[in-house]
Amino acid sequence: MNENNSNTNLSSVVSNRAWRQSAPWIAGAAMAAFGLSRRSKSGLALAAAGGALAYAGWRANTSESDQFLARGSVLLNCSPQEAYQRYRNFEDLPKFMFHLESVTKIGERQYRWVALGPVGIPIQWDAEIVDERENEFISWRSLPGSELTAAGSVRFEKAPSGRGTILTAITHFDHPAGKLGYAVAKLFGKVPNFVMQQDLRRFKALIEAGEIATTEGQPHGPRSLKAAALKLADPDRPLARSAPMSEILKQQRRTA
Amino acid sequence: MKAVCWMGTNKMSVENVPDPKILNPRDAIVRITSTCICGSDLHLYNGLIPTMEQGDIMGHEFMGEVVETGSAVQPEKLKVGDRVVVPFTIACGRCFFCQQKLWSCCENSNPNYWIAEKMMGYSPSGLFGYTHMMGGYAGGQAQYARVPFADVGPLKIPQGIPDDKVVFLSDIFPTGYFGAVNCDIKRGDTVAIWGCGPVGQFAIRSAFMLGAERVIAIDRFSYRLEMAEQGGAETINYEEVDDVVQTLKDMTANVGPDSCMDAVGMEAHGDNPMYALDRVKQAFKLETDRPIVLRQCIQACRKGGTVSVPGVYSGFADTIPMGAFMNKGLTMKTGQTHMMNFMQPLLQRIEKGEIDPSFVISHRMPIDSAPQMYKTFRDKQDRCTKVVLDPWATATAA
Repeated sequence: MNENNSNTNLSSVVSNRAWRQSAPWIAGAAMAAFGLSRRSKSGLALAAAGGALAYAGWRANTSESDQFLARGSVLLNCSPQEAYQRYRNFEDLPKFMFHLESVTKIGERQYRWVALGPVGIPIQWDAEIVDERENEFISWRSLPGSELTAAGSVRFEKAPSGRGTILTAITHFDHPAGKLGYAVAKLFGKVPNFVMQQDLRRFKALIEAGEIATTEGQPHGPRSLKAAALKLADPDRPLARSAPMSEILKQQRRTA
Repeated sequence: MKAVCWMGTNKMSVENVPDPKILNPRDAIVRITSTCICGSDLHLYNGLIPTMEQGDIMGHEFMGEVVETGSAVQPEKLKVGDRVVVPFTIACGRCFFCQQKLWSCCENSNPNYWIAEKMMGYSPSGLFGYTHMMGGYAGGQAQYARVPFADVGPLKIPQGIPDDKVVFLSDIFPTGYFGAVNCDIKRGDTVAIWGCGPVGQFAIRSAFMLGAERVIAIDRFSYRLEMAEQGGAETINYEEVDDVVQTLKDMTANVGPDSCMDAVGMEAHGDNPMYALDRVKQAFKLETDRPIVLRQCIQACRKGGTVSVPGVYSGFADTIPMGAFMNKGLTMKTGQTHMMNFMQPLLQRIEKGEIDPSFVISHRMPIDSAPQMYKTFRDKQDRCTKVVLDPWATATAA
């Protein structure tokens, strides 16, 4: 949690214990599912590689071949049509994906994504929709030559008994080298699934409640010096008290 | 504005803080006319619920006048000038849970849902002034408050009814009523209620409203037991009997009460060795909650009966008699109150004169005396039952 201080903590970020424990089967399953869903040769290759990568890639220390994979799902109290249409309007994604600065249309099915990296390092990639079916799914991947290699898919399924829509999203990034690699790690590296879940919960709030609940900007009395220092060091860190629940609060909070 | 701030365990202080602003389209700002200290605030005062932060504004029982609304608040729902009671739970009104009328389980009102999920699996709704785990919302022991999703929660109050009669619609009256609803009372039932604080007092009266034949109230403070008797309850002072469970047996022909209500929660007192052990464990953070009353409720309840728990629990409690619970076939019902189900019907009962909730008030004080009143309330000094604070009165006027 001190990676603000230096780049050298990258390996500890990537080798986050919880991530290492849960990564293998999630990565394997998700990559295989994603690969198969693309119904193409490269997709099959990806699916096959999924298991191997899940096992080998994550056992190794950081290297340029590492990937960040995030997966999450959420129940939305709306129809698949509404969910799909709101999501498909990519230019609006930064409204609930707080780590994104902008998404701009640059071609027929091509978009430029700009994420807010730490200390002014921008992360940018161009991506295209490789396949989509209206109200059902969208899958995308970065264009060749893009600064970042990434791919993902989003599915919209009708939940049983009129309970709305189940949205399932998978995204993975190749881990680039150097400064950009650090920026990506900072954004997604700690708990990729958590970052994803935060995004999806905010999407849910926007669709259902029309706004994202917040306390940012509300008044409060004087904070402690310790709290102020911690906040300065990492604005997203929750401020724990020295209670046994501090264990819970050690859970990293990355909303980027 | 003035606001009561949590500055650490046993430390409350009235601070000057900036006025709240509209932050979201469905927000409203309320100028507070009456605000109260709740028994559940004492758990925070005593430092027993995690995720409080120095400087947090306290309070979740307040009412006042709307002075500003966000752009998405429809005037027919709420407008500037409306007089409102604000419920302590915050609900979006549009998620699956809100539509099931499980308002206190709202999915979209707790921005820190993930902290609660770590502890509880899933997160309840946001609450005013009640830890960061529950949303970290600034509370209502202040001169103004920002009310999120203001087109769902606040109940409009007609002019002419004094604050004292309706301010408890913000929490304790619906909470006592919900506790009684959760007892599944059938006509002729006997209900035992542990805790004769304000929630217990309203629970006693609500149990009778819902058809109970007998209510047996249990506490250790004679002034609170007197108030229970005024509400029609029989009473047990547990410090004056050998064994509460046996006493309840004796009073019910060895059958036991049909329902037992824990209106005490995580900081229960007792007079047995188990209580001493719980105190020690809580002090050393080995358990967060002291379930002395919950144990007695389970032991005392008749076979096939219902245990209702409006008392607040925060985390983990030890030595729950699950054998008794299972083998007697009991049902337990609990939860933060689904406020919006009860506020309007209970307002109607107040308007019809069926009940005047102001009977619980023991102290009316200016907000500046809040730190002292927390202590008085916690230590049950001066026959303290319920403290209502006036955010605008000056200390000298008291």
